[in-house]
Amino acid sequence: MLILDRATYDGIVAHAKRDHPDEACGVVAGPEGSDRPERLVEMVNAAGSPTFYEFDSTDLLALYRDMDARDEEPVVVYHSHTATEAYPSRTDIGLAMEPRAHYVLVSTREHGNNQGPVEFRSYRIVDGEVTEEDVTVVDSLPAEHPIATNPATSQGDPDAR
Amino acid sequence: MPVEVRIPTILRTYTDDQKSVQASGSSLSALIDDLEASHPGLKGRLIENGDLRRFVNVYVNDEDVRFLGGLEAPLTDGDQVVVLPAVAGG
Repeated sequence: MLILDRATYDGIVAHAKRDHPDEACGVVAGPEGSDRPERLVEMVNAAGSPTFYEFDSTDLLALYRDMDARDEEPVVVYHSHTATEAYPSRTDIGLAMEPRAHYVLVSTREHGNNQGPVEFRSYRIVDGEVTEEDVTVVDSLPAEHPIATNPATSQGDPDAR
Repeated sequence: MPVEVRIPTILRTYTDDQKSVQASGSSLSALIDDLEASHPGLKGRLIENGDLRRFVNVYVNDEDVRFLGGLEAPLTDGDQVVVLPAVAGG
């Protein structure tokens, strides 16, 4: 399941509506291994296309350097479909290279740049296999709790941050 | 001639989960051959039909190698190579 806070959800939807009829794209970064989508980063669609998106290669490097410096990873990778349903296309599946990410698809086909509901769906895409998951929108993300999978943290290692 | 190569998450299965590995070579092409020798399978994820895969980005010292001669991009001691899969779709 993907849990997003309201501001991030609204931010993704606003980006998709703004860029319609071209596809919008971006990530929501969060601490590595936390599964917490905390920091919305809108990216430029270098393809500038209604049927394709691609992060600009220079922007992509800057994004990953920035996430590295913050010990973050892309928790969500999102993009919009502007004429079709919010389901991964064959191209989306073939190019999905972040097995740990939630792939969010927003479809603006119904209302375009205007107000009105959008389809907002989330998937895992691993080795070409698509699994849809529920999306829950909350006012704010639950308080961070110690990550059980990190023994250094749970044992109170003084060297752990 | 050691060059640091940053490996993206999806390719760390070839590097025992290491985020970065050392390799050597005077060009990107030679470097990838050297990588392949110590991490078999990696080359095929970077190269297709003798050229860099369209949806794999490789940077030398923060410059996209497509602007540096692609596989012929020269490398020297201490360079840093970053591999990042494109984030793209339709």
